Amino acid sequence: MKQNSAGFSGAAVLSAIVLIACGALILNQNVSAAGEGKITGTVKLDGTAPHMKGIDMSKDPYCSKAHASDPAHLETVVVGSGGGLQNVVLYISDGLTGGALTAVPSDEPVFDQKNCVYTPHVLAMDVSQKFKVVTSDQTTHNIHPNPNPMTGNIPWNQSQPPGAAPVEKSWKAVEMIPVQCNIHPWMHGYFAVVKGPYATTDSSGNYTINNVPPGSYTVTAWQEDYGTQTQKVTVAAGGAGSANFTFKAK
Amino acid sequence: MEEEITMGKILGKWSLWLGVTAFFALPLASWAQLTMQDLKAKLNTEAHVGNLTGHAKDGANAYRRYCVGCHGDLGDGNGENADWMEPPLYPKPRNFQLGIFKCRSTPSGTLPLDSDLFDSIGRGFDRSMMPPWNTLTKQEKVDLVAWVKHFSPRWANEKSGDPIKIGPEPEVTAERIKAGRDVFARVQCWKCHGVVGQANGPSASTLTDDLGRPIAPFNFTEGARPKCGSSDADIYRIFMTGLDGTPMPSYADNIKPDEGWDLVFYLRTLMSQNSKEKEMAKQLNLKPVDPNAPAGQQ
Repeated sequence: MKQNSAGFSGAAVLSAIVLIACGALILNQNVSAAGEGKITGTVKLDGTAPHMKGIDMSKDPYCSKAHASDPAHLETVVVGSGGGLQNVVLYISDGLTGGALTAVPSDEPVFDQKNCVYTPHVLAMDVSQKFKVVTSDQTTHNIHPNPNPMTGNIPWNQSQPPGAAPVEKSWKAVEMIPVQCNIHPWMHGYFAVVKGPYATTDSSGNYTINNVPPGSYTVTAWQEDYGTQTQKVTVAAGGAGSANFTFKAK
Repeated sequence: MEEEITMGKILGKWSLWLGVTAFFALPLASWAQLTMQDLKAKLNTEAHVGNLTGHAKDGANAYRRYCVGCHGDLGDGNGENADWMEPPLYPKPRNFQLGIFKCRSTPSGTLPLDSDLFDSIGRGFDRSMMPPWNTLTKQEKVDLVAWVKHFSPRWANEKSGDPIKIGPEPEVTAERIKAGRDVFARVQCWKCHGVVGQANGPSASTLTDDLGRPIAPFNFTEGARPKCGSSDADIYRIFMTGLDGTPMPSYADNIKPDEGWDLVFYLRTLMSQNSKEKEMAKQLNLKPVDPNAPAGQQ
């Protein structure tokens, strides 16, 4: 009899633990928004890719030497295989609510200065997300983003001589912020600051926006020269919405 | 008839200029969003310098008398005289609405201290149309600082940055001047300022300010005063904080405090003004840095 009751209470404790564990699991899943889907697609250019001017780097022998066998070109419009447009930023401009809108990714995108060129040319990030500017070059750069101060994003200007430590920053507001190096005036790129999940197209124009909860959204594609386009997309729980964009060559 | 053709030509020229001006004015116009109504709500802005308190509303009269001609009613730098200032020789008046200032004791991208603006009013800006307003009383200047602040929404949302630390200045030695030359070479001041400080470095000719207007680097050799003060501590502060709104970046992360003083001493040797540093450099027979030397091998 005594033995039995001990066995019973043991089972009760065990089942309680199992129950709590299950509850925790369910709660945990709720926190990370069960059934998140994604939005995928391709961005293409319709028409002939515009000619991208070559860059004369003779002002700085270090830079011109780095491009001796592989001349650098402007990257305002970069078209890859099959007319895919690179460096287009895709983000959800309408329809996000709650955590999906306010969550800030913990990873830090990296903006490198390599052979006197910004890599990547366009760095997308979330509002308040930390990002790093690093230098791989043996020449001094200055990183000088030029946002509109009325948005709450404040311009700054930091030097990075050879071997300098990374500069870690974040932005306060949604804005496509031009960034340049005054020492090497051809170095020009963008910090694309958006709210919520985002993606940037690869060299074939493909993209995937991850961590999108089920719902109906407006997706915006932004290209520095061609501007923006939008599309309505619906994402089912755990599914993938699709949105392809085509920009017309000027 | 002949006159008409000339008039037509003049009109043609003007319309071109109008077009060009309108094109460049567009980004400016979209940034200058404040109206008189917005500004009225901020007349209670204060400034504090030492034990003085400035009140924006008390600065209004002095502003209208001394400043409005260049900086404009809305503080956007579009006063009636602004049209006649042609950068880089004559920089345009500051747009106070942006809240971005060259001369700060605070890090790049932060608001200046009230005392920084106070000092700027009294010092003026060498090589610009801004004279030193040293005839104004301290109270008038601190009221003007409050008035200048009331133009920018930044002060409502942000605090001034923490001023960078400037330790005591060490004694000048030959070693320090040589070490300063190494800093000048390592962080590549010469890219803009030139190897002997003549503002003729390889990047000098393409420099523009944040609004896309041409701007020239400081020429150390023609006897001019640095824009943000000419004491050793002022020069130290200039390269540590950078001059916001211009191509001059902050070197605070890349020049250690001790190296900072070394660089100040070396910069003195480039300046045309007599100094003990200049004498010592002569005795050392110090050569300008070699722009073609690999990094770290001067």
